[in-house]
Amino acid sequence: MTDNAPVITVHNLIKQFGRFAALRGVTAEFAGGKFYAILGDNGAGKTTLLRTLAGLNEPSSGQVEILGSRRFREICREVGYMAHPSLLYDEMSGVENLAYFAQLYGIEAPGRGAEVIAAVGLDATLTRPVGQYSQGMRQRMSLARALLNDPKILLLDEPFSNVDLRSAREMVRLLAGLKDQGKTIFVVTHQASLLEGAVDEFVWMAAGKIVGRTRELTPPEPVA
Amino acid sequence: MRRLFPILVIFTGVLLSYAMSIALLPVVHIGGITLIGAPTEQTMGSVQRIFYYHVPSAWTAFILFFINLGASVYYLIKRCATADIVALVTAEVGVVFCTVVLVTGPIWARPVWGIWWTWDMRLTSTLVLWLIYVSYLFLRKFSSSGQTPLLAAALAVLGALCVPFVYFSIWFFRTQHPQPVMGGGGSIDPRMLHVLLVNWLAFSCFAFLVCWSRFRLEKVQREVDEAHAMRSLLDDPSAAARSMR
Amino acid sequence: MSGAAEGQKGAKQGVARGITRATLLKDLRLEWRSKDAINSMLFFSLLVVVVFSFSFDPSAEESRQIAGGLIWVAFLFAAVVALNQTWARELRNQVLDAYRVSPAPPNSLFMAKVLGNFIFVAVLEALMTPLFIIFYRLRAIGPAWQLLLVAAFGTWALVVNGTFFAAMSIRTRSREIMLPLLLFPISIPAILAMVQATAGILTGEYSARFWIVLLATYDLVFTTGCLLLFETVLNAE
Repeated sequence: MTDNAPVITVHNLIKQFGRFAALRGVTAEFAGGKFYAILGDNGAGKTTLLRTLAGLNEPSSGQVEILGSRRFREICREVGYMAHPSLLYDEMSGVENLAYFAQLYGIEAPGRGAEVIAAVGLDATLTRPVGQYSQGMRQRMSLARALLNDPKILLLDEPFSNVDLRSAREMVRLLAGLKDQGKTIFVVTHQASLLEGAVDEFVWMAAGKIVGRTRELTPPEPVA
Repeated sequence: MRRLFPILVIFTGVLLSYAMSIALLPVVHIGGITLIGAPTEQTMGSVQRIFYYHVPSAWTAFILFFINLGASVYYLIKRCATADIVALVTAEVGVVFCTVVLVTGPIWARPVWGIWWTWDMRLTSTLVLWLIYVSYLFLRKFSSSGQTPLLAAALAVLGALCVPFVYFSIWFFRTQHPQPVMGGGGSIDPRMLHVLLVNWLAFSCFAFLVCWSRFRLEKVQREVDEAHAMRSLLDDPSAAARSMR
Repeated sequence: MSGAAEGQKGAKQGVARGITRATLLKDLRLEWRSKDAINSMLFFSLLVVVVFSFSFDPSAEESRQIAGGLIWVAFLFAAVVALNQTWARELRNQVLDAYRVSPAPPNSLFMAKVLGNFIFVAVLEALMTPLFIIFYRLRAIGPAWQLLLVAAFGTWALVVNGTFFAAMSIRTRSREIMLPLLLFPISIPAILAMVQATAGILTGEYSARFWIVLLATYDLVFTTGCLLLFETVLNAE
């Protein structure tokens, strides 16, 4: 458990948007079966890093290697991605949404959608369109979508924003359970205190770089 | 390469002034020597002389658009930044030459055909070509920097695919234009042909010169952008964010 | 061995077709619930019909000559409304990203969108054409069945390029304006062919065969071209 081989290797990753560099040389290795929280101020590059790992951004330079592959499409079945927006169709119900996305992954089992909906603590029989869900419910449905293909690696961007404290705790418990099944979990969040105890490592980002990695929720010494 | 540039400027200047003046001058004999100009056309008179600018501009524009296509395809395959600059530059200069064609055409048509504009085959297809490449330049202007080359290259390929359709459809639609000068079966006075080819050479050199300067300008521009980006990699990010505003 | 490879390829195509069907059904369902695209298209083309009728006498015999052009211009503008909607739907909540992180092939998405738009525009045409016939007292002197071919090929031409350029224009600033700027110049041969074919059939003065063949070739070439380039455009972040 302790010395797992790295599932994600990032080498000198740079991502520029025009004249602005969002990632300024990120180099890191992340071991499998662990729970990582990525912390940092707004604009530190957390979301860009996550999107680059999810193959949505082409890096300006540098390499990303996930499960031994540099081509995201080869391993995309093993990755679940949850973005800040819900990535769901507002006009369809949760089950309908998940049924559609299941087809994209070629998942035949008809009960899979209901299964993950139940796993995130929602009612699968709800026929209301997602657009009418509360923010917290939508976040959980979005998490259900990311879990749909039973990925080995979960990339979650702000999963707890606007979720009430009790539900957020439940989500953390769920994620901790998934970690125990051997999944690697990355969570970008501003509510780090929620994750204390569940997280293996806090990854601190500032100004497009990883500035430190700690076991406890104590910011690393600022690098000169 | 840099040293070649002034030589090319001088060469093009001389060639262009020579070509443009022989296009305007009639054939002059002084003593036994023939100073070569172009003979005045029998029916159209001197207005026909605009054709020495009209036709070479068209040829030059077509060549530039052709290079644009080649560079775009190359970019799609190799993602090479230089190819993208070549595509941009040739499209810009090509549009300028295409504009010259579209302006000189009506100037010639008014006295000869009695109308400024007619929806005949070559005028119309050149106009459509012009529209396609102007939309290409619009796309380049309106897309944000990172993705411009890719989108533009895709549009250039589709635009080029469209050209035969433009040609065929409008050819079937109407034909009123004089037969093409080359290979059209029409006979042309060899002295006229000589002037035409000299002009074409001069226009091509001129186009090449403009493309070259534009290429260098664009390259420097991108180097400056790159330097800004590199600085934002090194500096503290708040300063970089401020310079963005 | 080649049989196995072929079988694998066939399976892949089956998956791609399945995803196209799923995406198409999803789009039809979304449109059925919101009716955004079809309503705005219908109203828009109705407006065009009415406004045009003020600019010339719709019942005059000459109007038969220009009716072909008029119908297609109305449909073209209306189609742009629908085409802008297609990708707007995918950008809300950034659902497009969910497609991009999935193993689903990009061209399945493209084909689904093209088919969806084809259905929308075809419904629009089916509803608006009777209105045109009544308002402009049209009747075909040439072979009327050819109009069906012209409509099918012509609509496909508009929709395949339109879907592609709409995908391109969502990657630009001021995307709603960008679509017609990109789409119209490249569509000129197709529009010319549609208009000429329609006018030929309505007036019965000339055969529309050349134009129909031209349209079919245009469709073939641009469908291939768009399929080859779509992945590039989709992933241009």
